[in-house]
Amino acid sequence: MVWKITDETFETITEEVILSIDGISLRAPQGQSLLMAARHHGFDIPTLCHHSDLPSEGNCRLCLVEIGEHPRTRLVNSCTYPVEAGLLVQTASEKVLQGRRMVLELLLARCPKAKIVQDLAAQMGIYESRFKTDDPEELCILCGLCVRACREVVGVSAISMAHRTPGKLVATPFLEAAEACIGCGSCAFICPTGVIPYTEKDGVRTIWGRDFPLQPCNVCGNFIAPTAQLEHWAKITGDPVEHYFVCKDCR
Amino acid sequence: MPKFESLDHLREYRRQLLARRDPQQLQVLVCAGPGCLPMGSEEVAAAFKEELQAKGLEGKVLLKESGCQGLCARAVRVILRPREICYQQVTPEDVPEIVEATLMNGQVVDRLIYEAPLTGSKIAHKSEIPFYRGQQPIVLRKLDVIDPESLDDYLAMGGYRGLRKILTEMTPEAVIDAVERSGLRGRGGGGFPTGRKWRVCHEAEGEVKFIICNGDEGDPGAFMDRAVMEGDPHAVIEGMLIGAYAIGARKGYIYVRHEYPLAVKRLQLAIGQARQFGLLGSNIMRSGFGFDLKIARGAGAFVCGEETALIHSIEGFIGEPSPRPPYPAQAGLWGLPTVINNVETWANVPEIINLGPEWFAAIGTENSKGTKVFSLVGAVNQTGLVEVPMGTTLRQIIFELGGGIRQDHEFKAVQTGGPSGGCIPKEFLDLPVDYDSLQSVGSIMGSGGMIVMDHTSCMVDVARYFLSFLFEESCGKCTPCREGLRQMLFLLDEIIHGRGEEAHLALMEELCAAMADASLCGLGQSAANPVLSTLKYFRQEYETHIRDKKCPALVCRPLLKYSIDPETCTGCLACVRECPVGAITGLKKQPQELDQELCIKCGLCFESCQFEAVKVE
Repeated sequence: MVWKITDETFETITEEVILSIDGISLRAPQGQSLLMAARHHGFDIPTLCHHSDLPSEGNCRLCLVEIGEHPRTRLVNSCTYPVEAGLLVQTASEKVLQGRRMVLELLLARCPKAKIVQDLAAQMGIYESRFKTDDPEELCILCGLCVRACREVVGVSAISMAHRTPGKLVATPFLEAAEACIGCGSCAFICPTGVIPYTEKDGVRTIWGRDFPLQPCNVCGNFIAPTAQLEHWAKITGDPVEHYFVCKDCR
Repeated sequence: MPKFESLDHLREYRRQLLARRDPQQLQVLVCAGPGCLPMGSEEVAAAFKEELQAKGLEGKVLLKESGCQGLCARAVRVILRPREICYQQVTPEDVPEIVEATLMNGQVVDRLIYEAPLTGSKIAHKSEIPFYRGQQPIVLRKLDVIDPESLDDYLAMGGYRGLRKILTEMTPEAVIDAVERSGLRGRGGGGFPTGRKWRVCHEAEGEVKFIICNGDEGDPGAFMDRAVMEGDPHAVIEGMLIGAYAIGARKGYIYVRHEYPLAVKRLQLAIGQARQFGLLGSNIMRSGFGFDLKIARGAGAFVCGEETALIHSIEGFIGEPSPRPPYPAQAGLWGLPTVINNVETWANVPEIINLGPEWFAAIGTENSKGTKVFSLVGAVNQTGLVEVPMGTTLRQIIFELGGGIRQDHEFKAVQTGGPSGGCIPKEFLDLPVDYDSLQSVGSIMGSGGMIVMDHTSCMVDVARYFLSFLFEESCGKCTPCREGLRQMLFLLDEIIHGRGEEAHLALMEELCAAMADASLCGLGQSAANPVLSTLKYFRQEYETHIRDKKCPALVCRPLLKYSIDPETCTGCLACVRECPVGAITGLKKQPQELDQELCIKCGLCFESCQFEAVKVE
C-alpha cells in the first residue's frame, strides 16, 4: 500500500491489477473481490447472500463466474474471489448461466413464493421449477444475511444456522427465546424475503420469542428503540444509558 | 527410559535397545485392530496370558496386542514371530493348543491357518499368503510388529530416525525439496502434491504457523486412518514433527473423530510418551527446534473432513467449509498459515525422509507415487486393509488380494473413494489404480475406500444409498449441494418406488453437472459421482426401473412382486404364519393365494417357503 498526500487529506492508493472481464481489460484495486470489480465496471452479476456491509461467504452461488483459460476453466463465486493480475473472467458464459439457472430453479422449488427469487428467476427465463416443493409456504433461502448481520454488525450472535442439509434453519440456541438478543431487528430488516417475524404493539416489540419494551423519547415521547438495544449501545460506547433516551429528532 | 538430551543420546539409546533385543525372541501378537477387537481379541489375549503363565512361559514368550493385521475377514488374527505364522479366527478355546503345539513344540496348528478361498490350499506363513504377498506395506509396515503403546517398539523399528536426520543434516528447505521430489500426494482424497502445499506455507508470511493432521475419517466402510492412528501413532507424530520443522510451525493439532476412542487414547498416550522423552516440547533434544501437539476431537460430522470445515471446527465454529482462496496454507487456522494433511500422508513422511525421495518416487505410476492403503470391503472373500503400489490394477486388488467375489458370484462393480466416489464396472477391472486413472472413469481416489459389489446389488439402490448419506451429511451452506441433494434423492426415490419417468434421467444428469460445477466444496462437487457413474455404466438398470417397473437385482422393495405358484405350493401354511398382514389365505394342504393389495413386500413368505413356491420378480 502506498500513501500519497493530496491537497487536503491523506488518501490511500492501493496497487492495481489488470484483469479481463468478458474480454474487456480493466483495472481493479488489489484485494477487491471479482464481484465488486465487475459491478464497478457495470457488469451485472446477480446475488442473494451478498451485502456490502457484511463479509461474503459464498452461500447462494448466484454470483458464479467462470475463470481461467479454455479448457481449464472453473466456476468460482465472485463475491469472495479476489482480483488477480491477468485473470480471465467470464460473467455470462454458457457454463455460468447453466449453473445460475440451476441454482435459481432449485431455490424456486424451495421457496416458490419468495418474490426476490421469482424475480431473479424470471430474469433468467425461469417461471416454474421442474423440482419438487416440500413446503409451499417456505420463504427462508438460507442466505445467512441475518446471522452475519447479528454477528458482524450488531455483535451479539443471538441467532445462528442450526443443523445440516435435511433440517437446516436459522435458529436461536436450542430453539429457545434468545438470551443474547437485544431486539434490534437487524435480522428482520436485512432479510431479503421478509421471513423473520416480528411485531410491535403497545410499546412492546416481539422477536425471536422475546418481548422487548420500547423506550419512549424523554422529550417527544415517541418510541426510539428497545431499551435492551439502547443498553447495548451504552455498554459498547461507555456512555450513560440515559444519553440514548432522547430520539434523534429531539437531540 | 531417559529423556533424550541430545540427538546422539537418541542414537545411542536405539543402539542399546537393539543390542538388548533378541531377534529370535518368541512373540505372540494378537490383533487388536478395528476388525478383531469386536470379535473378541481381548479375550484371546487374556487366554494367552493365562496359558503362558500356566505353562511357565511368561519370561520366554512375549505377548503383545498389535494394530490391525490386515485380513479382517478372518478375525481374530494372531501372528507368531519370528516365524511369522498366521493364525486366523482364533478363539480363547484355541489358545492352549497354539501354546502347546506351536510355542512349545514348533508345530503348526493346521485348522487355524489360512485357507485359500478358491483352491482350498493351506498356508501358514505370512509371506506366502496371497493377501499379503501382493502388498507393499510402507504405512502399514509396523502395524503387526509393534505394540502401539510402546515407544521402545517404535524406536526399535527405526522410529524417530527421520526426525534425527532432519535435525542433524537437513534444512527446512531441504526437507520440502525431498518431499516434493518424492512425488507424495495427499492421501485424504484431493491428491494435492504435499511438497507444494508445504512450500506455499513455508513461504507464507508470518511468525506463527500451524500444522494439522486430518483424522476425521468418515467414509462408510473406511478404516485405514483409524488403523494407523490406533496401530502406529508415533509414525503420525514423527511425520508431523518433520512437517512442522519444514514449514516452521510450533504447534499442531490432530483432529480425530470422537467415534474413535481407541485412536484418541493411543494418540494421547503416544503424545505423552513423546513429551516425556523430549521428542515433543520446546528445544527438542537441544536442537533449538520446538513443537507440540494437541488432540482436537470432532463430533462426527462427515463434512469436517473437508479442510476448511475442519479448521472452523477446531476454532469452535460450525463445521462449514469456506470458499478458497485463501487456501489454508495462506490463511488457515485462526487466519494463520496452516498445513493440513491426512493421517496416511503424515505416516508416509518419516519413511520418505529415512529411505530417500528417490526410493519413494520409484514406487507407483508416473503421476502418483508410493503406495495407497485401501479398505477392501463388500462382496469379496477377504475383506481388510491392503497397501499396494499405485498402479496396481483393480483386478489384482479384488481377485488376488481379495480372493475373488464371495460365493463365487459375478463381479458387478466397485465403488472407490467413499460415498462421493463413482461405481466402476467390470470393463475397467484392468485399470491401474491411481489418482488420475480413477478420475478418468468417473470416480475418485478419495481416502481409499473400496466397496465391491456383486449381482445382488441394485445400482439405483446403491446410488440412492450414497446420496442419502451425503444428504444427511452435507452442511447445507451452499444452494447447489443442499437443494441439489434434496432433489436428487427425491428423484431416485421416485424411480425406486416405480414413479420414475424417462425425463427424470436427463434432469438428474443436468443437476449432477450443475452440482459438480457450482458447489462450494469438494463434498458438493463430487456428490454427483455415484449417480453420474451409475447412469453412465448401468443406465439400463435405471431404464428397467422406470419402464418395466422392475428391479433386476430384486433389491428395490416397492418394485417387487411376490406370488405363489399353485403347482408347487403344498399348503403347509408356513408362509401364512409368517405374513404380518394376513395377505395369504387358503385351506390347509391346498394352494395358497396372495392378495397383492394387502402385500407389504416384506419377503417373509419367500424366506419361509421350503418348497420354493413363493416367487419374486
